[in-house]
Amino acid sequence: MPTEVLTGAPSATGAAVEPRAVTGWRASWRRPVVRLAVLGAVVVALVTLYLLTDVPGSLAFALRIRSLTVVAMLVVATAVGVSTVVFHTITQNRILTPSIMGFDAFYLLISTVVVFTLGSTSFLRLDPLVLWLVQVVVMLAFSVLLFTWLFGGRRRSIHLMLLVGIVLGTFFRSFTEWMQRMLDPIDFQVLSDAMFASLTRPDPLLLTLTALLVAAGCVALLPLLRTLDVLTLGAPAAIGLGVSHRRVVMALFGVVSLMVAASTALVGPILFFGLIVANLAYSWAGTFRHAWTLPTAVGLGMVCLLGGQLVLERALGFGGTLSTVIELAGGLFFLVLVLRKGAR
Amino acid sequence: MIALEKVTKRYGSTTVVDDVSLTFGGEGVAALIGPNGAGKSTLFSLVGRLLTADGGRVLVDGRDVTTAPSRELATTLAVLRQDNHVGARLTVGDLVEFGRFPHCGGRLTATDRDHVERAIDYLGLEPFRGRFLDELSGGQRQRAFIAMVLAQDTRYVLLDEPLNNLDLRHMTDMMKLLRRMADELDKRVIVVLHDINFAATYADRIVAMRDGRVVADAPAREVMTAEVLRSVYDAAVDVREIDGRPVALYYS
Repeated sequence: MPTEVLTGAPSATGAAVEPRAVTGWRASWRRPVVRLAVLGAVVVALVTLYLLTDVPGSLAFALRIRSLTVVAMLVVATAVGVSTVVFHTITQNRILTPSIMGFDAFYLLISTVVVFTLGSTSFLRLDPLVLWLVQVVVMLAFSVLLFTWLFGGRRRSIHLMLLVGIVLGTFFRSFTEWMQRMLDPIDFQVLSDAMFASLTRPDPLLLTLTALLVAAGCVALLPLLRTLDVLTLGAPAAIGLGVSHRRVVMALFGVVSLMVAASTALVGPILFFGLIVANLAYSWAGTFRHAWTLPTAVGLGMVCLLGGQLVLERALGFGGTLSTVIELAGGLFFLVLVLRKGAR
Repeated sequence: MIALEKVTKRYGSTTVVDDVSLTFGGEGVAALIGPNGAGKSTLFSLVGRLLTADGGRVLVDGRDVTTAPSRELATTLAVLRQDNHVGARLTVGDLVEFGRFPHCGGRLTATDRDHVERAIDYLGLEPFRGRFLDELSGGQRQRAFIAMVLAQDTRYVLLDEPLNNLDLRHMTDMMKLLRRMADELDKRVIVVLHDINFAATYADRIVAMRDGRVVADAPAREVMTAEVLRSVYDAAVDVREIDGRPVALYYS
């Protein structure tokens, strides 16, 4: 009787619908592993296309230069994709990116202050390793400070932290703009190069260091994958299921900060495509499980960067910035996806 | 046993839980009643370690909830809150599997799957297990969350207003289910209720709170008197006996 009582109720949504019967390729297309494999194949194809086509001179030389760029792309795609997805899970909000914590703004501020105080000649003569280290340390220190102040203490409010992050980010941006206005035009020219992400010709040493940091971050995340899944239920439910919420979120935030700081210091402000990549990854993976969404986000990040770079180099002849290309294409694709979903 | 010892919680200068000492776990279903703002949900949050007490301590089977390992506590104590909004698209099956997290850390063994199956079966959710939570009605979603709590397989189950947004029939079904969980599965269910008639009908014991203090704590029948209910809710409540059961009439 009791079971009947419980199940018998005809619900508002009508009789119980059997999971839609699907067979053949449609069924396998649903599986995250198949979708990830397809994505991987696309990435490999794009890498090959980027490395081997349109070689003006020696193939060996082109390969050496271009493979560095591909590695830089992989590092950046990993840092951005992973950090954005993790950030979404921590904040329970899918329209934020870690840039809200002011990473990009801080990067620009540091670059501007250096150019402003030392001048562009000294800026260009500065050891890139020193500049990278300064950027990483300052960005990391800022985010950790903000985090421990607003989340580690008694307040424990992620929203307050985000709000303060936005306010400070805006402040840094205006301050940066103000300083840029007072710059010598030549200094400004030099600075504006640093203002847009550039993946070509990365410094091999810095690339190695960044890759190591990002890889370390990924390894640190591995044992937390299932805990991340539980965090999608929200903090109260996760705590109820035995997740030490504060400790886990602190650790996750540390990893996100490290990855973002290192890769931003390497190539410039890069978080812009995190939002597109992460949300595309949720659709593409078709599951909330981080074991699938995280690699999918990385793969999609690679597609964005490779595709964008190909368009930028081959079609536009460097007549633009990578962010414009990616945001235009990615934004349109995203829109299509959202509209198609809505129609279903 | 869940023991609260002189527990106090303040928000700023407002004391929401005021020196409360209580013990739960002796009876199958205990109902926590009281007007809005009496401190019921805060009390649950203190037991469920979502908040830390400003004074006193909460012990679950003799272990302080603030210091005991969270994973271990989650195998003896499950708390279901009022608002269970999930942003991601989860199926009923996914949700119920989460109930096993404290036991297996997310890697489900055969035993875990068995628990999941039984929980789904117990709540009659089999036809819905592949459905996404946002495709369910309020009553179905509530049952899915209860199934998760059941899969968690804890001795103590705390439910904060599980009758919220349910229609008459689903309310009754829910209360019967809680009763069965206590009687058949030997659970200790502690539930916040607003409808005192449900509390009187299905609970063994009623704890009434007001202004952060416990004002009545007795077997259901003893709390169901006009004087006690007036002192709890500060409203005139007429209690009549219908078919041998006390029924509160608070519609005036």
